[in-house]
Formats: sequence, structure tokens, C-alpha cells
Amino acid sequence: MEEKTNIMERIAEANRPVTTGVDEKDIKDWVTIYIMGKGYRVPADLTILTAIEYAGYRLLRSVGCRQGHCGACATIYRRAGEYKLQADLACQTRVEDGMYLVQIPFSPAEKAIYDITKEPYDASVFIKYYPEVARCVSCNTCTKSCPQDLEVMDYVQSAIRGDFEAVADDSFDCIQCGMCAIRCPAEIVQYHVAQLGRRMYGRYGLTMPKHLKKRVEEIEKGKFKEAMDTITSKSREELEKMYAERQREPD
Amino acid sequence: MAEIKLIDGYPEYMRKLIEKVEKTRSSRINYTPPAMSRQEQEEVLKVHPDYAPGGKRVITIGPNKGDIGPNEVVDLLEAYPLIDPGKTDLSKIDYETDILIIGGGLAGTSAALWANNSGVPSDKILLVNKLRHGDANSIMAEGGTQAADREIDSVQRHYLDTIGGGHFANKPDVVRALVEDAPFIIKWLIEMGAIFDREENGELVEKWGGGTSIKRMHSCRDYTGLEELRVIRDEFRNRQILCLEQYPAIELLTDDNNKVTGAILWNLETGEYKIVRAKATILATGGFGRLHIRGFPTTNHYGATFDGPVLAYRVGVKLRDIDTVQYHPTGAAYPIQIVGYLLTEKLRSSGAQPVNVDGEAFVFPLEPRDVEAASFIRECYVRNKGITTPTGLRGIWLDTPLIDIKNGKGYLARAFPGMTRLYKRNGIDMSKDPVLVFPTLHYQNGGVETDPWGRTNVEGLWVAGEVSGGVHGKNRLMGNSTLDCLVFGRRAGINAAEYVKTHTETGNITLEHVKKYIDMLNEAGIKPERRAPILLPDYRGRAALARIIDIF
Repeated sequence: MEEKTNIMERIAEANRPVTTGVDEKDIKDWVTIYIMGKGYRVPADLTILTAIEYAGYRLLRSVGCRQGHCGACATIYRRAGEYKLQADLACQTRVEDGMYLVQIPFSPAEKAIYDITKEPYDASVFIKYYPEVARCVSCNTCTKSCPQDLEVMDYVQSAIRGDFEAVADDSFDCIQCGMCAIRCPAEIVQYHVAQLGRRMYGRYGLTMPKHLKKRVEEIEKGKFKEAMDTITSKSREELEKMYAERQREPD
Repeated sequence: MAEIKLIDGYPEYMRKLIEKVEKTRSSRINYTPPAMSRQEQEEVLKVHPDYAPGGKRVITIGPNKGDIGPNEVVDLLEAYPLIDPGKTDLSKIDYETDILIIGGGLAGTSAALWANNSGVPSDKILLVNKLRHGDANSIMAEGGTQAADREIDSVQRHYLDTIGGGHFANKPDVVRALVEDAPFIIKWLIEMGAIFDREENGELVEKWGGGTSIKRMHSCRDYTGLEELRVIRDEFRNRQILCLEQYPAIELLTDDNNKVTGAILWNLETGEYKIVRAKATILATGGFGRLHIRGFPTTNHYGATFDGPVLAYRVGVKLRDIDTVQYHPTGAAYPIQIVGYLLTEKLRSSGAQPVNVDGEAFVFPLEPRDVEAASFIRECYVRNKGITTPTGLRGIWLDTPLIDIKNGKGYLARAFPGMTRLYKRNGIDMSKDPVLVFPTLHYQNGGVETDPWGRTNVEGLWVAGEVSGGVHGKNRLMGNSTLDCLVFGRRAGINAAEYVKTHTETGNITLEHVKKYIDMLNEAGIKPERRAPILLPDYRGRAALARIIDIF
């Protein structure tokens, strides 16, 4: 008994740096980072996000899923001695010694209002809602600033050409952090352009699967009503038996 | 300023251990350890966090008095409010609305859209978010969404898979709604422009999910939740439905008959509170991963702190199945930057094998989630055959290079772009090297009890998504969570819209239920040490915390 409890305690203890914050005495390797210009000595194996927390900040913005899916923690940084600005997600990037950084809490980009059921499936939809795409000078800054390493400039060019499939494919892994739009000298809101493009492609470029449409109609017409009435009234024992005997589809 | 020296993402001593995995790899390609007998399963489950002694206690107050829950959950149910009901000014109403929706993940956002579809104008719906609209576990869902739309599949088959997976504890009427609405939900998403994976001929790709008897998983690469959410959020914005961000709800409001009539919001940045009066309130606040139950890391987003049930419990709703927690067997255990991150079950069904420090395959890779997780814990902490990371965590190898060996070169990168990117960022090529895994806190199986329309036992209050309980019983199946959000978000939105059409009078707003709850806490002898909801976890470094002076 006691040993089992002990295991849980050991697991909890080992996870403490992740679950309750880092304790100084456990750390061997340190770096110095500059959060908005202020220097802090932080453990070398933290992400930018956890290092900011280690330094004493309780984050209320620029933090979300903490696992690279939501785009909340976009961060701009410069390494000491370099002129170049880098862009990345704070939750996905390890701190480096001499990093100067600032998080971008909000992107004041304009999202167009449209109804995709009423738009033509051609390039004009992009020009109508995001005319600034025509200002693209192909500088590639958007691509260089994308933390997902997407070919942002390529999909903007695809939008201008009306190639919805390419827009959808090249932008699919976009987490809408807004870095591209913030860095763009032509003030294009690439990630909103891509959202419009993907939805248009999903609705008009792909077909509605026949079996799906058919199944929805069958359910509406009550095809499964009797079977569902029967199965939902079964006892636990009957269900357990059915479950144990169910056939698995061959791989 | 010594940095740890890494070779392709791993320190030298771990590189040496990887050599052991490589040495046995060829002998494991055609070998899978046998599945456990029921007895063996029961034995290993003794080290599962749900069954290992400790960690739980009896709830001493409220509608679930006498039930058992994890300590971290009971702590929050037995906690005092953030506000003093006697000192809270309810005389000025800041927002008057028909439908208030708390939480903007898949459930809350679809509730808003369907309330609007059902005739409630966009300026009479208010969606409030603790963080940004879309900061939710929904956006992190990787695997997919289940729907029985293939000719050879049926809704009753989906029903049986779900009930069996939930250990037969599920609430039948809500499971029925879940499976009967599923194909419609996929069709709706496609009409709105969601891009699901397609076969060459344009048909939907349908994949295996753990615990299902047939392939019915619909995926969008390994970014399913992201795609679904950004599509419906875009539609939400096009409808210009009212939305507040960085405004968590900290208490519900009730009228003289204990009907829910709105909520108190709190401006996360200025600290000011706001009063919302509503005819109907839908709670869609998500789960509890950030409570780090039993000290486990989590796959959940920053705001997953159990706020919804805490608020709802004070107005008298009933919770159910709150005693079980879903731990996913394969959370990332190295490097420290990504600990707890979800590595989908699909990696194992595509051929990746769990391997111990000696390079041995020690467990059947597709045991039920709880059994698989427990066997990893046993390997690390009872048999001492885990791999210790530089920060002192233990894990076991997931031999991912087997995926390309079994399915052809390049398969892993194509099927798992999100995960490939994650490891690449940390210098690891998961098609060449194994990755280290350990169980991670994944899902709140139970929650607020509801009927098939999201209604609770308290008038004026609906719930949808992970905050609810009943549909998944004691254990949720892969692919049923995004579906749960979309089905019951829609149903709650439609039902609340109907309700506000017939209930045109808005009740008064009081905090009587909070006063009563405080009395109950006092009577039970609970000291005012804890306050809830906690809203966000606290990960500040201890050295900094020890010297903080609270001046402003």
C-alpha cells in the first residue's frame, strides 16, 4: 500500500518543475535573457514562456495552449550582437544567452466580414475583401517570420492568382499568431487572407461526400430510430455482452 | 553559462541509451508483446493514479455530498468565493443580453452560431472568454472527430463503442444525441468550409480510433481541432456576434427562484468587475488539466482550471463521474520544454512501440489507455527500467522510427506534421530517433450532469463540452470530445434560443446562492483558506515569488 502511494509522490516530485514552477536549487545551467530590456538570470533549459514565468511574471496575455497550437505567445527577439529580429512562439523556443525579447500581446489586424455562401469562387474574392494583397512586393518577410515555417509569400501569390487549393494547402498548418501581418511592409493580413481562402476551398473546391449526405438524410428519416430505441433500453449486462461480442472491422 | 551539449537533440548519455534501442530494433519489427489477460490488467492498474491509494476524498458539502473526487477537485468545490456577496454592487448592469455564453472553444462558439441560426440576433448573444476567443483545449485536439457515416457503419455501433469505452457508466440519452447528430456535424463543418482529409477520389479519409470497432475518425492532418475551431470562429466573427476576451466569469447570478440570470465577469487586466444580466446562460468552460491532479503534467491549455463546475455547483447543479481522470499514456517526457505534450495514439497504431531502457518491448502497444499508462508507470517506478531525463523525470522510449520502417519512408512526416515540427524545433528527428514518453493528464471525463439539450437541473443554465458529464461515462473515447463540443454546443444554443423566445422576462439578479454556499462552508467547518475559481495556474519561480511585495 505504502509503496504505491510513494510512487505517486515520486512522480509528483519529478514533475514539480513543470507543475508548480522551477526551484533554483535544482538548476545547474543558467543563461541571461532580457525581457523588454531587463536582464534576468534563468535556467538554460526553459522555453521563453516558462523563463518569463520563472523570472516572476504571471502571464495574463501572450499565453494560451502552451503547446504550439494556438498562436497566443508570438514573440520577437534579437540575439546579442546581431541586427536581425527573429520571430517565434514563446512556448516552443528555448531561451538562449543574451536574448532580447518582447511578446506581442495582440495583433490589431482587420478581419473582413463576408458570407462565403454568397461569394464567387475566383480570385476576385481576395481582391474584394483584402485588396492590399495586390501590394505584395515579394519581399518574403512574412515567410521568414512564420514560426510554423510556412511558405506564406507563396500562398499570398496563390491568392492573387485565385489558386484556392494552393492557398489551402500551403496555409493549412497556420496557427494565426499574426507575426506575418505585423512584419509585412505592405500591411497584408496574410493569416486572414488564408482563412478566407481555406473556407472557400473547403466549400467549393471539395465535393460533399455522397455517403455523408445520404447518412444525414437516413437519420433525419428515422432509419435508425428503432435500432436506437432498442439499444438505449438495454440493461448493462446486455450491453456488456454485445460489447464483448462486437466484430472489429478488418484492418 | 554552460549549455547542455546535445547531439541531435539528446545529451550524450541518452545517445548511449538510444543505441540499445537501435540494437534490438530489427528483432522487434515483427514482434509485439501479447495483450494482457484481465488478471494482469487488474494487477498493473494498481499503480494507475485513479486506483493507487490516496489522492481522493469525500465531498462534504453541496449536491454531491458523500461522493468521492480527486483532492484537487474537492479543494475547489470546498472553497470560498472570490467576491464578498455583501459588498458586490449589482445595481448597475453593464451588459444586458438574451444569451450569455461562457467559454469560446468549440462548444461555446457553436452554441453562439446555432443560437443565432435559431433567430437570436447577434447583438443579443454575448460570448465571454477568460483568455482569447479560441484559447481552449479544442484548438489542441489532434486526432479527429468520430461520425458513423460510412455505409457499413451505423449510429448504434458508434453508441455501443462509446458506452463500452465509458465502462457502461454513460448517460444513454446524451450518448444517443451524440451519435445521431455526428454525421450532421461533419456535413455542417464541410458546408462552412472545413477541410477534412480526403481520399484520391474525394471521399473522406476514415481512420481508426482507440476503442472503436470500425474506422470512423475524421481528421484534418494532426490539426483537427485547430481547423474546426478556426472555421467556426471565422463564421462567428462574420456574424458580428458580441464577444469579450480576457474576461473570466467569477460567479453566476440567480434570481429569487434560484434561476440563473447572468454572471459576474472580471477584467483580467484592470481587475474591475462587470455585471451581465441574461435570460439564458450557457457554460462551456472546458476541463481541469491545469489542476495537475496527483502532480501530473498535462496536455491542457493554460486556462483549464475547472471554473465552470465550481460556479455551477454553487447554484446547485449535480456533478457526475467526477472521480475518474483520463491520463494519456504517451505524453512527451523529454525535452523539458515539451513535457506533457500529447503524442497521439495514432503513432502506436501506425507501428511505434513502447520500449524500456534495455531496449525491450515490454507491453502490448494498444492496451486500453488506463492499462497502457499504468504499465509505463510500473516500468519506470516499480521495475526501474525507465530512462531518467537530465531534469529527473522518468519515461520510456516510444520507438517512432518503426513507423517509416513499417509504412515506407516519409510516412511519418506526412501523417504527423504537427508532431514532426514539434520535435524538429527541439533538434530531434522522430523518424530517426525514438522519443521519450510518460503518462500525462488529458481529460475531465465527468462534470455537470445534463439532458440531451444541454439543460442542467437549474433553470436558466445550460452546459456543453468538457465541462459536462455523462456522455463519456468513466472514460472518453478518442474522437468523441470535439464531437461532444459541437453536438452539445449546437443543442444548447438551439434550446436556449427557444427558451428566450418564450421567457421574455429577465429575472432579478442576486447573489443569494453564494451567501447560502458560504453558510454551508461555515457549517461544515471549512476554513476560509482556499478561494475559487482559481482562473489560472501559477508557474512563477519560487525565488521570485519569495520576494514579491504586493504594492499595486
